[in-house]
This record gives sequence, structure tokens and C-alpha cells, in this order.
Amino acid sequence: MAVVLATALALSGCSPNGTPGTKQSAPPKETMASSVGSGEGQLNLIAWAGYAEDGSNDKTVDWVHPFETQTGCTVHTTYGATSDDMVQLMRTGQYDGVSASGDATLRLIYAGDVAPVNTQLVPNYTSISSFLKKGNWNSVNGQMYGIPHGWGANLLMYTPSTVSPAPTSWSAVFDDASKYAGKVTAYDSPIYIADAALYLKSSDPSLGITDPYSLTTKQLAAAVTLLKKQNASVGEYWSDYTKAVQAFESGTSVVGTTWQVIANLINSDAKVKVETVVPKEGVTGWSDTWMISSKSKHPNCMYKWMDYITSASVNAQVAEWFGEAPAQTLACAKTSDPNFCADYHATDEAYAAKIHYWTTPTKQCVDGKGDNCTSYTDWVNAWQQIRG
Amino acid sequence: MAADQGLAPTRSPSYLSTRPRARLALLLSVPLLWLVVMYLGSIAVMLVSAFWMVDDFTGAVVQTFTLDNIVRLFADPLYGTVALRTILVAAGVTLIDVVIAVPMALFMSKVASPRARVALLVAVTTPLWASYLVKAYAWRVVLAPNGPLAFVTGGHTPGYGLTATVITLAYLWLPYMIIPVYAGFDRVSDSLVEASFDLGANAWRTIRSVALPLVFPAIAAGSIFTFSLTLGDYIAVGIVGGKTQLLANVIYGQLVTANNQPFAAALSLIPLAAIVLYLFSMRRTGALENV
Repeated sequence: MAVVLATALALSGCSPNGTPGTKQSAPPKETMASSVGSGEGQLNLIAWAGYAEDGSNDKTVDWVHPFETQTGCTVHTTYGATSDDMVQLMRTGQYDGVSASGDATLRLIYAGDVAPVNTQLVPNYTSISSFLKKGNWNSVNGQMYGIPHGWGANLLMYTPSTVSPAPTSWSAVFDDASKYAGKVTAYDSPIYIADAALYLKSSDPSLGITDPYSLTTKQLAAAVTLLKKQNASVGEYWSDYTKAVQAFESGTSVVGTTWQVIANLINSDAKVKVETVVPKEGVTGWSDTWMISSKSKHPNCMYKWMDYITSASVNAQVAEWFGEAPAQTLACAKTSDPNFCADYHATDEAYAAKIHYWTTPTKQCVDGKGDNCTSYTDWVNAWQQIRG
Repeated sequence: MAADQGLAPTRSPSYLSTRPRARLALLLSVPLLWLVVMYLGSIAVMLVSAFWMVDDFTGAVVQTFTLDNIVRLFADPLYGTVALRTILVAAGVTLIDVVIAVPMALFMSKVASPRARVALLVAVTTPLWASYLVKAYAWRVVLAPNGPLAFVTGGHTPGYGLTATVITLAYLWLPYMIIPVYAGFDRVSDSLVEASFDLGANAWRTIRSVALPLVFPAIAAGSIFTFSLTLGDYIAVGIVGGKTQLLANVIYGQLVTANNQPFAAALSLIPLAAIVLYLFSMRRTGALENV
């Protein structure tokens, strides 16, 4: 354990996304596995819908059963509706692992709910896109707390038949939102405040926003003002993707933030046609990480799962089913659509760099610039104020 | 045993038949245990936790007494606004349900033929068999900008928002109003109605002065259901409420999103207080004595 910590501290200086010189405060010490033995027969997972398909939604989409046959670990999956939901479930200590987004990871790490991951025990980790390793959302001081799984961007979606000219800026849902008053949609989560902050970063440089997840009280207040103004034009907010699909198909919403998978579903239903765009200000996004519970009763099965789910062919299947870029670089050769990785910019580091991944805001700024930032609790309260 | 009974007709009284207290204790112990320990106990835990706090860094609940949560309820105008909105929605839903349920129940109990009465009772209770979510989503479809309502009315639909929420909740809770009011009207003896007519009162006067005072307790009972169910709802408003939020959404947000259980508990004191006040006002009218 001491060796592990020493290595972790030594590595922190050269982490690509961490800020050299400033050290993040140490999370509670949880034991890291040193070897993977034979499976314990069971595996309890918390996952985003679509991450652990066992053929019950689509007979041809099944990567859980092959895993069970291969390892003898029977998988029990609980779907989390939101990141907050997942954090709650993990706190019960009854699960072995979770597919956590970056707005959940730090909360889990600092609450001691997840254990550091010994990446040497996960052979497939070596070929995962380098820009996903040791990010400030999935590692602390250079120690990985999970295995990157897939990522995507929160894009701007619009119905071109109503919204013209085609928007190129997030101003379409902020300063110019009144143009489509009552038909603007937004993501119903405190983390959406980061989208407003990202827009303000370029539209109002005097605020001095550098990272949308590291906001001072004053910067947060500016984002809240912007979002309150947006609220006047919002028809409805969405938090589950089926509601977003339905809202665009019925014409309730015509412009707003989205995920690629939502746009794909709408265009495949072909009731309305939608377009997505990466606005010039950049985008926020998610990067999901499989993490292991510090109270896991089946750690061997969980390590096997983390390796299995990031193997080239399985990661390709998940990515295509879910509609996100696979973390595994070798997965691009295994997708059924040869252009899939190109469409999702899976190995495009420059594109990935434009994405500001969801990160839990903490009092100690996540960009390492100080300790006067607003915490996620402040964001939740601010979000309730915005909703009014 | 059966042979015993045949041979000894005067069998000795069993333990329980001679000890009524033991019998009562056996009968009531399980329900009382449930009521006191599980039901009231959980409310008590909630009330106590409203005075605790959360450690900002770890997110764990710290069991130290503080009034901060209660102060915050009053200090921040947001919670007052949302509470007022929620109570107005609950009052609106109750009013709509009363207006629909009273004539409906009157017709069912006094006018309709026995066969029609059964058919109407079935019709009123059938929606209870369908899932809450299905019904709420059905209203989402009905009220959509290009949905059936807009089609029939030539584009006039309230859209998603408070109005849609009130309509949907009034629909969802209507059976809980009709059934008690129907039972109330059913208990009004026909002879009273006839006596009223014999004394020269017309139908309207009979309903106003004879039937309504007698069914008022039933209306009050129904209104307790519609009022309290609306105060606690956060799903329908999420489906048809557009961008509005009600008190239960704020509580849910504090509990699940913010992981601030103490403040969520403090917030839930508002609907609890509203319901207690409502019950007291109903008691003052004497409505609870006959229910």
C-alpha cells in the first residue's frame, strides 16, 4: 500500500491533465487490489442504460451473457437514471462497480465509496486512448480510480425546418433564446450550469472564467443570471433521453442541448429531421469510467468485468449501441460501421480536447487554481433557484 | 379434535375466550407495532433529522443540533414561492375534483338505474387499474402542441406547464373524490328527499339544504385525498409540467441530487404542516366526525 501511494504521488507531477505543482487533497485511503484471482460467481453493477445489455432489449445486443460464460460471474445490473442516482446507490455499499460519469467520480472517490484501480491488472487498459487516462475526473494525484469506457459531447441540436439560419454558437439557447421562446430545451441537472459558464467564458471575458467547473461565487452568479434569463424561453427541461426524443418529435422543443444518441434516434424515427453542431465556444461532455466499490464483495469479478468491457470487440459493441466514442482505440477496427469512430471522433485527440468533461465542482477548484470555488452543493442550490 | 367435540359438548373454554385483554393484545399488537414503529417512527426520524446537518466535504450526515435548515426555509424566498405554488395547485385540483365529483356522485346514487349505477362505478374505478405513469404520459400526448387536443380545438392547447399539471392531477385523483362522495349521497335517505319535496322545496333547494350538508363530510374526506396526494406529487409535474417545479421536486432535488437529507427533511415539514392545518380546519367544520 505504501509503495502504491508513493508511486501515485510520484506520478502526479507528470499527469497530462493535472496541473503540475498543485496537489489535490488526498481522498480516504482505500486498499487497491494487487492480484486478480478466480471469480466469486456474482457481480452487482450500477450502469447507465445501454452499458450492460443482456439481450433483453434486442436479442442481437448481448455482451453480458458471453461474459458470464467466460468468467462464471453472474451479472446483476441496476440502471442509474442520473449521476446523482448512481452516487446514492453506490453509498449503499451493495454493489461491486459503477459506470460513473465525471460528475459523479470525484464525489465517489472523496467519500471513500470507490477504490483505486490497479491498471496493471487490466490488460486492455494499455491501449485505451491516452487523452482519457489520468484526467482530473477519473484520477487523483495520478492514481487512476477506474477504467475509461467511452465518451461523448453535449451537442447543440436543432430542427432545421424551424431554426434558421443554422446556429453556430450556444447563443442560440442563451442570449438569442427568446427567438424560439417556449421551444428551447435544456438538460435538467445542476451540471448544466457548466454549459452556461462555457458560453460566458467567451461571451463575457471580463468574468475571467477559465474552466466551466471551477467557478467562483461571482462567476456562478453570472451563470445563474444567464440561466434564469434562459428559463423564460425554455419550454421544458429534459433529464432522460426518451423525453428529449419525444419533445423534439412532437415539436415541443426545437433547439437545445443533446447527446448524439438522441439525434440518432430522432433521425432514425424520421418524424422530424434534426441537426447537431459543435458550437464555436466548445462543448461540455461526459467521459464514463468503470469504478470498483471499496466495499466490493466480488472484486475479482469486477476486475474481470473492467477488462472485458474495455476489450476491443465489446467496447465497440457498447459504443455503437449507446452512441458514444469508445475509449478503447482498438475498438475502432471492430465496429460494424467502419466509419463509426470517425463519426464520433473517437481517436481525435484535438476534438476530445475541445470537450470540457463533466467534473464534480468542489470547493478546491478542480482546475487546481485555488480553493475559493463553488461546490456541487452550491450548484444544486443554484439550479433550484434557476428552476424557480 | 373432531372426535373430542362430538364426545364432549361442554368443552372447557379456551385460554383466549376467557381473557379479552390477551385477545385484544394479540389482535392489535401487529398493526400497532407497524403503526407506531414503522409508520410514526419513520416520520419521527425525519422530523429529528431536519435539525441535523451535512458535512460539505464527505456528504455524510452529522448528528449535531442546528436550526440552520429551518432558518433557510424562511430566509430563501424560493421555498416560500414553491410552497405557495404547490398549495395553490393542490387547492385547484381539489376544487376541480369537487365540482366534477358532486354532480357525478349525485347522479350515480339518486338518478341512475341500478344497472347504470354499476356501469358508472366500474367506469370511475377502471382508470385505477392503469399505471400512474401510463396515465400521466397519456396526458402528455393529449396536451402536446400538435396532439389530439390541439387538433380538435384548432391549435388551442394549454401546452406543458402548471395548467397541464392541474388537469393531469385532477384526472388522476378524481376516483378518490367520487367514491367517498358517492357513498355519502348513498347514505342520504330517500325519505329525507321526499320529505323535503313534500314541504314544498324544489330540487335545487333540496340538494342545497338537505343533501349537501349531509354529504359534506364525504366531500371533506375526498378532499383530504386529493389535497395530500397533490402535495406529494413530483412525477406528473415532471411529465406534463414543462419547466415548473413543485415542492416535492425541490425535496427530491435536495435528497437525491444534493444528497442533503436534513434539508430535504426540513422541506418536507412544509407539506406536513399544510396537511395538519388542513385536517384541523376540516375538523372545525365538523367534517371528520362522521367519516
